[in-house]
Amino acid sequence: MALEPVPSVLGSAVFIPGADIDTDRIIPARFMKCVTFDGLGEFAFYDVRFDEHGAKTNHPLNDARFAHASILVAGVNFGCGSSREHAPQSLRKYGFNGVIAESFAEIFYGNSTTLAMPCVIASAADVATLRDEIEADPDTVVTIDVQALRVRTSGGLDIPVAMPDSAREALLSGRWDPIQELLDNDASIDAKAVELGYV
Amino acid sequence: MGKSLFQKVWDAHTVGTISDGRKQLFIGTHLIHEVTSPQAFGMLRDLGLKVKFPQRTFATVDHIVPTINQDAPQDPLAAEMMQALRANADDFGVTYFDLSSGKQGIVHVVGPEQGITQPGTTIACGDSHTATHGAFGAIAFGIGTTQVRDVLATQTLALEELKVRRIEVNGDLRPGVYAKDVILHIIRLLGAKGGIGYAYEYAGEVFDRMSMEERMTVCNMSIEGGARCGYVNPDAKTVAYLHGRPYVDMTDFSATAARWLSFASDSDAHYDDVISLNAADIEPTVTWGISPDHGIFISESIPDPATASTPLEKASIEEALAYMKLDAGAPIKGVKIDVAFIGSCTNGRISDFREVAKFIQGHHVAPGVQALVVPGSQIVAIQCEQEGLPEIFRAAGFEWRGAGCSMCLAMNPDKLVGDQLCASSSNRNFKGRQGSSTGRTILMSPVMVAAAAIKGSITDARELFDLTPSASIA
Ligand code: SF4
Repeated sequence: MALEPVPSVLGSAVFIPGADIDTDRIIPARFMKCVTFDGLGEFAFYDVRFDEHGAKTNHPLNDARFAHASILVAGVNFGCGSSREHAPQSLRKYGFNGVIAESFAEIFYGNSTTLAMPCVIASAADVATLRDEIEADPDTVVTIDVQALRVRTSGGLDIPVAMPDSAREALLSGRWDPIQELLDNDASIDAKAVELGYV
Repeated sequence: MGKSLFQKVWDAHTVGTISDGRKQLFIGTHLIHEVTSPQAFGMLRDLGLKVKFPQRTFATVDHIVPTINQDAPQDPLAAEMMQALRANADDFGVTYFDLSSGKQGIVHVVGPEQGITQPGTTIACGDSHTATHGAFGAIAFGIGTTQVRDVLATQTLALEELKVRRIEVNGDLRPGVYAKDVILHIIRLLGAKGGIGYAYEYAGEVFDRMSMEERMTVCNMSIEGGARCGYVNPDAKTVAYLHGRPYVDMTDFSATAARWLSFASDSDAHYDDVISLNAADIEPTVTWGISPDHGIFISESIPDPATASTPLEKASIEEALAYMKLDAGAPIKGVKIDVAFIGSCTNGRISDFREVAKFIQGHHVAPGVQALVVPGSQIVAIQCEQEGLPEIFRAAGFEWRGAGCSMCLAMNPDKLVGDQLCASSSNRNFKGRQGSSTGRTILMSPVMVAAAAIKGSITDARELFDLTPSASIA
């Protein structure tokens, strides 16, 4: 099962304001009643995109200018709260392929990497500059360069970003989903199961 | 230098190192439920993989089951999820404690009750409260759905090693102070993010004296302090609890028990951090905000943003108070409640119901308050019935329900409505957690929930129930 390396992702971007955007905000618990992740995209950020009568709010994802965004830009502690993988899955199914934020919650980060969705950390000042640029011109193409650890825009912005070595390595080498490597060690797994008396 | 339990279990279960530097860790026991497993089985089918060791995975249904007419959910999606779990368990040969088994319940209640949870093992479950099983000296992780797939297919996980923080609590707890107060206090002191990157080892006289069920209450909330796992070293109580349980091999029990105990941390173990607290300083604790570290003693006042030390703290207090509709600086005692909930994987075990039942006789739930009592498993429910507890609760005006997660989260019919305020024995007070986007949650011990239900407002159970030293438990 060879996986595609992810040296970079690019697309137009949308800025979602607020700190501590938790997984409940990203995908409300009631939409976790599902047996596959396939339909989750349309419910991403549902409770902030629609009011209690189902009418659209002025959330950025409802703004036609950002309808085709595939890069999400956010503030601090993005993805905090529960461990539900439904959150990054819903963003992925919605059409996002990368996230730039000031910081991320740990479990959300790991889940996103496993879905080949690079998450990179930028300074508050750089996130603000990026936000201003994409709001001034929603067609700005934003590139997350995982290889060089830079974010560049078609408007000429070029900022440094960070990500843990293990995540970067996993994306660059096409090992973002560890399943094949885990499967490859089958003989050692069998030996361990016997050694510890589990089987 | 010796090793901590975490290091011993981690080292014993390490299969190898994968190319990104993470360890491949053997997972002894895998627990699954209806919410985070169907997608994982779907991925397995897509990849044409089998379950590697079906006998090491155990399933139950808890999050979406109604607590009235349990096997007939009105919600077609809930019915579909229950169906999917049944089909997956059958197709892949996994043991399923379904509603007709008499053993169904919240996954973190069922594992210990069946003796599936054992010391010195690794446990994983697609649920963030898996640390509960650490009460037995197991290393237990909450995992994402893709990782559920990994465990199904390989019985291993790719993980980064954690640091270990030892949290010692010594001295005597005062009457009316429970395991729940101890963990709420620890989270208040260390913060909701304080444990990121750590496993928590709970040690000292207070945890030594606790029953297994109280230890589970503490370990359960490790994730609320940011720690992926938390544990208590196994001892004679651990061994006694497990003796004779269905999944404990009794053929050479003394050898098994000796092996379990050998995993306990060495006296000269290395810790990355050590914190020491005095039990006598802890009072009954309740939350006032929207994060589990927003805790105060029942005698304290609601925080005032004006006294915050940083702008960030000020903004966070303001946000929490606006959501909770509480007044800065006012006493928390006396805040009116609408709903009371006793249950969940934190406090839905037999000792929780026995303890509350000791105090509520002769009292009645206040007019206008809905009070729900939800056993954590069918076995707990039967034990309660045998001891006559449902009658005691009903006589005091509480509703007695069937086993499940119930009002801990919004995936079954038990939900708050509008901005109702709930005194809850569960573990999360996030915005909207109990099913209404404006619903409010105040976390506390089950005895404090009962006191609030009876008074109709947040109250000090020690005053209402006249808690004298002889009435206290460890
Ligand atoms: S009782 Fe609550 S915290 Fe525990 S497993 Fe159920 S939903 Fe999760």
